[in-house]
Amino acid sequence: MDATGLEMMAQRVREAVADDAVVGTHHAYDSASLEVAPARVHDVLTHLRDGDEQPYGILASLHGCDYLPSEPRLGVHYELLSMQSRERLNVKTRVTVEEPHVPTVTDLFPTANFHEREVYDFFGVVFDGHPDMRRILMPEDYEGHPQRRDFPMGGEPVLFTFNEHKLPRWYD
Amino acid sequence: MDVTRSKPTDDFRVRQLRAQQMLRGHLEDDDLQEYVEQRLLLTKFEDAQNWARRNALWPLGFGLACCAIEMITVIGSPRNDLSRFGAEVIRFSPRQADMLILSGRVSIKMAPIIRRIYDQMLEPKWVISMGACASSAGMFNNYALVAGADKFLPIDVYVPGCPPRPEALMYGIMKLQDKITSDPNLGWRERYQSQGTEEYPGLDGPEAEPSSQGAGQDAPRRSKDAGLDAPRR
Repeated sequence: MDATGLEMMAQRVREAVADDAVVGTHHAYDSASLEVAPARVHDVLTHLRDGDEQPYGILASLHGCDYLPSEPRLGVHYELLSMQSRERLNVKTRVTVEEPHVPTVTDLFPTANFHEREVYDFFGVVFDGHPDMRRILMPEDYEGHPQRRDFPMGGEPVLFTFNEHKLPRWYD
Repeated sequence: MDVTRSKPTDDFRVRQLRAQQMLRGHLEDDDLQEYVEQRLLLTKFEDAQNWARRNALWPLGFGLACCAIEMITVIGSPRNDLSRFGAEVIRFSPRQADMLILSGRVSIKMAPIIRRIYDQMLEPKWVISMGACASSAGMFNNYALVAGADKFLPIDVYVPGCPPRPEALMYGIMKLQDKITSDPNLGWRERYQSQGTEEYPGLDGPEAEPSSQGAGQDAPRRSKDAGLDAPRR
């Protein structure tokens, strides 16, 4: 989708859903993305799947992102694919760490079930209305969301000769 | 192995005639005693037992990550021919395996599963940590992995490499054989509480308790653990 088509798409979404649904558009490297208010995600994706004149029937991917230090920090990206027009469209939304709530799209795209669980597991974004909001990859008793940028790296320091002086009392 | 054997007569024809005489019952007293002594191998029972164990190391077919491909290459391929060391029979049940090769990275979600598989293996059992990841988390120094499987398992041999060459893994198996022969004492594993942890399906009650040496200290832990008790019934 080119930049003009993206703007026309954004206008159609505004008319169909709400004026405040689309926050902005972004087009770079032949990749079109639609920035959406988090509360309107479900409505926008419903329109894009069913109502629009150029429908996007496949949710190719759904993933999270941490934009630290900019606010709001957390992002959720929906990559839509249209097999009719062979085009892709990114739908992005941003939520804060304090209120990380996004409506689920599991009822629209069943594949979003595991993807949303993974985003919840690694970034802590809670998808409201999800049928099974649990961790999917990390152990169930794991604390924290390890893909956030302020999450500690983990692991253990390995003793080499170059960092021997940085590990005090390593011989204990 | 320490073997003593009295020296037989060198001439093959003489030995053959004496064998004929023995079979016909013509050898008596000192001649018979000498004949028997020449055909006996004398050693300690522990040595013979360890000799049998080191030459029948059955590995568990258990792969964790990319090192598993290398492990399959070593164990399963005729080029490396691990049957020279008696370790080519892969068993996919922990009850029939002697050796667990930790081939790959150990994630914190996989660690309890590995420990339970190790607990299910019957004594005597050995563990080889194959590759940098199983030994020290290797390049994956992050939130998801256990940095060194020796935090929850008693590991006998560490094989470095990423992945190790087949020769390296075979050398590790040979080192394990030397360890079985020369130092079969498993007492240092007590701090892992890894003795007497076998699960006995179909048996219940006090007669199901294993009679091995570590049973006393582990018995309360297993009886409290309802998760291990549940599948027995």
